[in-house]
Amino acid sequence: MTDISEMLETPTMEVTVNVNGTDVTKTIEPRLLLVHFLRDHLDLTGTHWGCDTSNCGACVVWVDKQPVKSCTMLAAMAGGHEVRTVEDLETDDGLDPVQEGFMKCHGLQCGFCTPGMMMTGRALLDANPDPSEAEIREAISGNLCRCTGYENIIRSIRWAAEHSNGHGTEFPSGNSRRSPASDERSEERL
Amino acid sequence: MQVPAPFVYERASSVEHALELLAKHGSEARLVAGGHSLLPMMKLRFADPTALIDINDVDGLSDIRIDSGADGDLIRIGAMVRHAELLDSEIMAEHYPIFAEAERVIADPVVRNRGTVGGSLCQADPAEDLSAAFAAVRATVHIIGADGTRSVPVREFHDGPYQTVVGENEMVTEITVPVRPGGCSAYEKVERRVGDWAIAAAGVALWLDGDTISEIGIGLAAVEAPHFVAVAAEDAARGQVADEALVEHVGELAAQATNPNTDQRGPADYKRHLAGELTKRAMRRALVGTGTYDGSHA
Repeated sequence: MTDISEMLETPTMEVTVNVNGTDVTKTIEPRLLLVHFLRDHLDLTGTHWGCDTSNCGACVVWVDKQPVKSCTMLAAMAGGHEVRTVEDLETDDGLDPVQEGFMKCHGLQCGFCTPGMMMTGRALLDANPDPSEAEIREAISGNLCRCTGYENIIRSIRWAAEHSNGHGTEFPSGNSRRSPASDERSEERL
Repeated sequence: MQVPAPFVYERASSVEHALELLAKHGSEARLVAGGHSLLPMMKLRFADPTALIDINDVDGLSDIRIDSGADGDLIRIGAMVRHAELLDSEIMAEHYPIFAEAERVIADPVVRNRGTVGGSLCQADPAEDLSAAFAAVRATVHIIGADGTRSVPVREFHDGPYQTVVGENEMVTEITVPVRPGGCSAYEKVERRVGDWAIAAAGVALWLDGDTISEIGIGLAAVEAPHFVAVAAEDAARGQVADEALVEHVGELAAQATNPNTDQRGPADYKRHLAGELTKRAMRRALVGTGTYDGSHA
């Protein structure tokens, strides 16, 4: 593959990020945003790329167990850190209660905001397993739903709170479906 | 698709290392903390640094603690303290409720996980809530460079919109706020929607000696008050008996300290009115919050 960075004379660097429990090493441009690293370099397209301005929250992933907006973080800054994406919510035991809640309570219409909503919702429940409606509204206030399905999203997260069954957020297990694309692509640039 | 222009990325392991990297990469290098102000600026080419020096790994910049000294207790807030940490800090809640009240309306919870106190101050956005809050409590900003450290009152820290006194090869390490008993503080903001910058905002910190205001700080955001403060309003309140007539007078003077712009957030006269009204509301709540003001003069 032609190394476009040489054509453009932009610097590159190697970064190793733990994504969903697996260390991945890639050569990237320093200016690569984490959301594009996940989607374009690791094929983890569950994380959505929305407003690009840290307003909409479609790109929310966890970095060291905290939800962050991956459009406003460099992939380089994630080097040496643990990133968790929506692909990791499901475990060998089945769907995360938050995922089930979105199914049971019709928490999505078009689905674009859903990955960010679920990652923010999961983080809320880990910190506060029994949140009130007001606490849920506050927690997702940085996640926009343009179908305006907030009522059902709140119900979905409440459903998950009531059906947690001890579901934790232990980091992972390396199921191939949610692991980053395999190592043969590691040498690939950009 | 918004992507920053190319730059070199470096990661600093200590304050000294960060200063070395700043010197190495020259005047167009920038430090990046949370990145939630700088990266959007870079996407829009309002900022175009040739090198970014990531200071997230630097130890010792992320604590909020109280130091006891000869001149009394001092709250030390590391430059890398995240907004979420300032919001949740029991130390801040005990001594200066203005910070939790301001933080609760800064951006949104996910952004607050990443953005930092030092980064917000250095961005020096004219609508930055923390600049107004720190100005109200008369905080001091501590800056380190190759030649050592210096301390700047936050009211002298901003040189204008998006401009601070931090030099090319310097970095902010912490912000300190003196602990002073007998006072209270509050913050009031009007915004169009969650996460937006203020249309106008006001913070008040005050101390009572009996019925008399012994000291007061009034910070204003988004209304172009020089250095985020309303000095004439403070001067009019200091030494006066606190009552509703004084609150009204102080609010009017605070409005006169502003020079707001008409923009998509509202016309200038509306913002000026808001600045006065929010100053009054914050002042009333701060007075009640002292626990000794009974409002009997109202």
